[in-house]
Amino acid sequence: MKIMAQVGMVMALDKCIGCHTCSVTCKQVWTNRPGAEYIWFNDVETKPGIGYPKRWEDQVNNKGGWKLNKNQKLKLASGGRFSKLLRIFSNPNLPIIDDYYEPWTYDYETLTTAPVSKNGPVATAHSALTGKELDLQWGPNWEDDLAGAPTRALNDPNMAGLEEKVKMSYEQAFMFYLPRICEHCMNPSCVASCPSGAMYKREEDGIVLVDQQQCRGWRFCVSGCPYKKVYFNHKTSKAEKCTFCYPRVEGGQPTICSETCVGRIRFLGIVLYDVDKINEAASTKDPTKLLDAQLDLFCDPFDPKVIKQAEADNIPQDWIQAAQKSPVYALAKRYRVALPLHPEFRTLPMVWYVPPLSPVLEVIEPEKDGSTDPDNVFHAIDKLRIPIHYLANLLSAGDDEVIKNVLKRLGALRSFERKRQLSGTIDDSLGAQVGLGSADLDDLYQLLAIAPYDRRYVLPIAHRERGDELLLSQGTCGIDFESISVSKDNPQKLESVPIEFRRRK
Amino acid sequence: MTSFEIIIWTVLPYVAITIFIVGHIWRYRKDKFGWTSRSSQLQEKKILAWGSNLFHYGALAAIGGHVIGILIPQSWTQAVGISESLYHNFSAYAGAIAGLVTFVGLVILLYRRISNSRIGPTTTSVDLVVYSLLTILIILGLSMTIGVNLLGPTYNYRPTVGVWFRDIFLLNPHPSLMANAPELYQLHAFLAWFLFALWPFSRLVHVWSVPVWYIGRPYILYRSRYKTPPLGEPSLVESYPNTSNPKID
Ligand code: SF4
Ligand code: SF4
Repeated sequence: MKIMAQVGMVMALDKCIGCHTCSVTCKQVWTNRPGAEYIWFNDVETKPGIGYPKRWEDQVNNKGGWKLNKNQKLKLASGGRFSKLLRIFSNPNLPIIDDYYEPWTYDYETLTTAPVSKNGPVATAHSALTGKELDLQWGPNWEDDLAGAPTRALNDPNMAGLEEKVKMSYEQAFMFYLPRICEHCMNPSCVASCPSGAMYKREEDGIVLVDQQQCRGWRFCVSGCPYKKVYFNHKTSKAEKCTFCYPRVEGGQPTICSETCVGRIRFLGIVLYDVDKINEAASTKDPTKLLDAQLDLFCDPFDPKVIKQAEADNIPQDWIQAAQKSPVYALAKRYRVALPLHPEFRTLPMVWYVPPLSPVLEVIEPEKDGSTDPDNVFHAIDKLRIPIHYLANLLSAGDDEVIKNVLKRLGALRSFERKRQLSGTIDDSLGAQVGLGSADLDDLYQLLAIAPYDRRYVLPIAHRERGDELLLSQGTCGIDFESISVSKDNPQKLESVPIEFRRRK
Repeated sequence: MTSFEIIIWTVLPYVAITIFIVGHIWRYRKDKFGWTSRSSQLQEKKILAWGSNLFHYGALAAIGGHVIGILIPQSWTQAVGISESLYHNFSAYAGAIAGLVTFVGLVILLYRRISNSRIGPTTTSVDLVVYSLLTILIILGLSMTIGVNLLGPTYNYRPTVGVWFRDIFLLNPHPSLMANAPELYQLHAFLAWFLFALWPFSRLVHVWSVPVWYIGRPYILYRSRYKTPPLGEPSLVESYPNTSNPKID
């Protein structure tokens, strides 16, 4: 047994209002520069929808993540090391820019230089790749709020098994938002796919990064990640990805997307896990059992044996304490209301989601005793607007029971709180039906509904005294910049081969 | 032997080799960030799949042919019983195939670069020089292999060009060997030195990064932020090896 710490995030999808503030602030901080225009480390997708890049969830074609081979051994879905090297000159599984979207900017100058005319001038869109005028047919967030869903939503890979039931007519339409960042997986297939060894997981906090000095642009990480959260910067020819805002996290501050989240849907914390069991857990045969396998990896931070082992493995005291207060551990393991995104990709992702409740679709039939208690959520679970199986395809490898159990807990929580607040009674039976005590429900309510900043974000500060190298990396943030002199006529033209700068001590 | 010949067949090679070595050291130390394949597959991948595979596999075969033909002395191949005519036929046919494959790949890649408005703008001026040199070198190489050796009068370059090339590295230059070679061979060799001199400053550096050691490496890599262990505490470096488990194969 060897214990390591890992940062994680939980997003409560019920609370996401789809405002895209997270995406915008992330972009401003990380990807607002040439070559990265199309890159969104954080993006918010409307589900159902094909997503960004298009159909990223379709691993039959994309070959991202891991799979079990005939001998039940864990293999990269895109093939072994040798076959990869043979495909190094042209990676067949790489998405191209149109799968994301062709980035553009507007010709703002026309607005000020246009001659006087009856109609106001228009700033037309110009491709950031070619400089040519662009007829916009697809873009970031093109499917926002189900735009185009009648023609596209059935193409969503999560619709598998639902095509017959859901016709995407207005009466049946359902939607919710799915904000996505890199999962900072415990078993990252991007790292495994990088032939240069430029990608790595940080031992101290599990953040997955790309060493910009060592990346040689072989692009296997991009296709290897099943979540398509490694991107290729077309100017620098290097891979880039979400950094979990590590310069902020090291200082105990939440990531930018969390800090600025309007709906306060995000929770950050660490979990302690047993790194020796990773391979075994990711090799669990039945995909629907991967959730339990991953939960088994999370060590109970109150268990004296775990604490002793953590200390032996150089986990500092304040990190163990942070693990005890971790909202991620609480939501995922203690209360079991958070679920990993697509566990069947076998990367053991660490950004989890509390599935959304949704309005009840049909009139609830009276129960046998004639009551139609609007609080009787258990009765309504099967009639929610968002099909259970859709959520199951997204969050539990297709196992409806897992989703039902979580939704029941969330429903019980609502009823419990409503009763308490409206009539002042504490109904212990509600918690009992979903295996939680009333004190648990109250804690869950505090956490999900009204948790203040320091309860949502519990991040221990990095132990800088342990590294004298940290000062040297001051001012750098994991992503380097190419010095490009932009030519006026052609904003995409590289004027010089970059040499000389970017030197780190 | 004229001083012109000495300059071209002795001085030029040594200058090129020096630039090649010093240039690489300098580039690697100063510009690891710019050291990449500069792939444009993100912008276009259908034509690339043909062009890039043909070009690279053809080039690998052609490089192998150069190693056999130039670096290995004729006496060695004869010692293992390969007669000159056997060698000649092999090198002419295999060389012609490799050269043609490379050439077709290169033409596809150049076509892609010129015709695709997304790729054109990514071309740097160094790229232009490299592509021009490569095109000329490959055409010359093809004329030698196909025009001279396969269909033409044939020319045994191993006792002349081969020996001249090796002697440069043995610090015992013999420019006269090259001075008497046919013009095609002279031009090919002459231009090749410019390619070598340009190598460290171009995208060609990615050749040295072919990640063969990926084979046999553990899949998941871990790195520690803390390089130096703190005083009085157990060494983090020791207990956290650079690449540790889980080992997945
Ligand atoms: S989600 Fe992140 S850590 Fe996981 S495989 Fe993709 S890029 Fe790697
Ligand atoms: S900022 Fe928060 S609420 Fe807004 S889209 Fe992002 S995750 Fe959702």
